[in-house]
Amino acid sequence: MFAYCTDPASLDGLAWLACYLTTGKHMAFYASFGTVMLLLAITAPTALLFGFGGAVAARARFLPLRMLGKTYIAIVRSVPDIAFFLFFVIALDQGLEYLRLLALCPDWDQPVRQGNDFVVCSAAKLPSNSAPQWVHEVYGFLLAMFTFAIVFGAFAANVLFGAMMAVPRAQIETAEAYGMTRAQTFRRILVPQMWVYALPGLSNLWMVLVKATPLLFLLGVEDIVYWARELGGSVTPRFSDYPHGDWRVWYFLALLVFYLLLTRVSEIVLERLMKRLTFGQATTGGMAA
Amino acid sequence: MKTILTATAALALGTGMAFAAEHSETVRLGTEGAYAPYNFLDDNGEVAGFERQLGDELCARAELTCEWVTNDWDSIIPNLVSGNYDAIMAGMSITDERDEVIDFSDPYTQPDPSVYVSTMDDVDVENAVVAAQSGTIQAGHVASMEGATLVEFATPEETVAAVRNGEADAVLADKAFLMPIVENESELSVVGDDVLLGGGIGMGFRESDGELREKFNAAIQSMKDDGSLNALIEEWLPDGATF
Repeated sequence: MFAYCTDPASLDGLAWLACYLTTGKHMAFYASFGTVMLLLAITAPTALLFGFGGAVAARARFLPLRMLGKTYIAIVRSVPDIAFFLFFVIALDQGLEYLRLLALCPDWDQPVRQGNDFVVCSAAKLPSNSAPQWVHEVYGFLLAMFTFAIVFGAFAANVLFGAMMAVPRAQIETAEAYGMTRAQTFRRILVPQMWVYALPGLSNLWMVLVKATPLLFLLGVEDIVYWARELGGSVTPRFSDYPHGDWRVWYFLALLVFYLLLTRVSEIVLERLMKRLTFGQATTGGMAA
Repeated sequence: MKTILTATAALALGTGMAFAAEHSETVRLGTEGAYAPYNFLDDNGEVAGFERQLGDELCARAELTCEWVTNDWDSIIPNLVSGNYDAIMAGMSITDERDEVIDFSDPYTQPDPSVYVSTMDDVDVENAVVAAQSGTIQAGHVASMEGATLVEFATPEETVAAVRNGEADAVLADKAFLMPIVENESELSVVGDDVLLGGGIGMGFRESDGELREKFNAAIQSMKDDGSLNALIEEWLPDGATF
C-alpha cells in the first residue's frame, strides 16, 4: 500500500501497523463487512416476504395451501441451520444444474448420480468451471441469500401468523359490519394493525440474522468472522512478512464493537418504526385512549 | 416466490449460455487455506504454501488451467462430490474411510509423522486431554486411545490455542504444521515420539472423475522421477521424508 512497506521487518510502531493493516488480506477483511451488510440488506426484506407468504398461506381457507404454509413453517423451523445450510444449498445447486442438464445437454447418457457423485455435462455446471472466481462467489452469495431467506422466512411466518391472530376480533367484526369483503378486511384492517404485535418478534429475528453470517463460509463465502479468525491466528515469520502471536482477541473485539454499533442502530430504527406503526392504535405503545 | 424461482432459473440458464462458448475447462482446486506450510493465505490473501506450488506445477505439467478455491474443512468433501470444485488439495491424508467416498491420487508426501505438542514436558498423552482438528486422522487416533480425552476444534489454529490457554494438555497434529509454531514459541515443546498415521497426503477426486485423476497421477509421477517433488518437500517440509 505505502511505499515504505517493502521491508516490514525494518519498521516498528505506527509505520509497521499502517503497513500491517493495509495488506491484501486486511483489505479482504474490510470488504467482507460490505458483503455482510449487503447480505443483510437483501435477505431481511426477502425473508419478510417469504414470512408474509407463509403466514398468509398458513391461515388460508383453501386446505392444500394451508397445509403448504404450515408444513413450510414446521419443517424449516425444526431443521438445524447448519444442516439446512449444508444440505439444502447443495440440493438447490444440484437441482439447478439438473435443470440445465436437461436443457443444454439433451444427448447426455450417463446417470446423474454415480455413487456419491453428482455428475452433469460441463456445459450444465453452474457456474461454469471456467468462469472467473468472482462469478462463483456471486453465485455462492445468491445461494446463501436465498437459503437465509427461506430459513428466516419460516420464523418470520410464525411471528406474522401469531401477530395476525393477535389483532382484536372486534376490529375484524367491525370491518365485516361495514360490509368489507375478506380481502378488504385483510388489507385495510388486519395487515396495518398486526405490525405492532409482530415487531418485537421480527426484531429478535433480525438480531439473530445479523449474527448468523459465519454460516456463509460453509458455502465458501468469507464473512467477517472468518477473516477475524484467519487474521488473528498466530503467524510465524516463515509464512508472513508480519509475524505475530495469537491476536484473535483484538480482532474479535473489533467485531464486538461492530456488532454493538449495528445492534444500537437497529434498536433506534426499530423503536421509531414501532412508534410509527402503533400510532393511534389501542395499545399502550400507541397511547390511544 | 414462484417468480423468484423462475427468475433465478432464467438467470442461471442465461449465464450458462454465455460461458458455454469457452471450451478449455478450468480445473478448480479446493483447499482449506489454514494449514501452513501445506496451504495458507499469504499477506495478500492468496493461497500459498507447499500445495500451492506443487499444485501449480502439476497443472502446468498436465497442461491444465487451475484455479484455487478455499473451503471450510468440514464441508470440503461434500462440496467436492457435489461438483463445486474438481479436486481437493488440502493436506488430506489418504485413509480407508475417505477412500470410500472419494478417490485419491498417488501420495505426494510420504506418510507424514504427527507429533504431540504441549506446554508441559512431562505430560502423559495416553491419559491427557488432547486437542485435534475435527474430521482429521489425528482426531480419529485420539478417539481410539482409551485413556485420552479428545477435544475437537474446527480449525488447526484453535487446537494450538487450546493448548496455550490450558483447555487441552496437548495437541496432536501433523509435524510439519506444528514445528514452525514450536520453533517460534518457547513455552511449547514436542512431547514423545513421532506418531505415524495415514498413507501419505494425496489429492482427492470424485470417484467418477478417473480421467482427471490419471492426468494428475502422471504429473505427480513425472515430478517424482525428476526429483522436483523432493526439492519442494525439502523446501517446505524440512522434517518430511522424500521419495
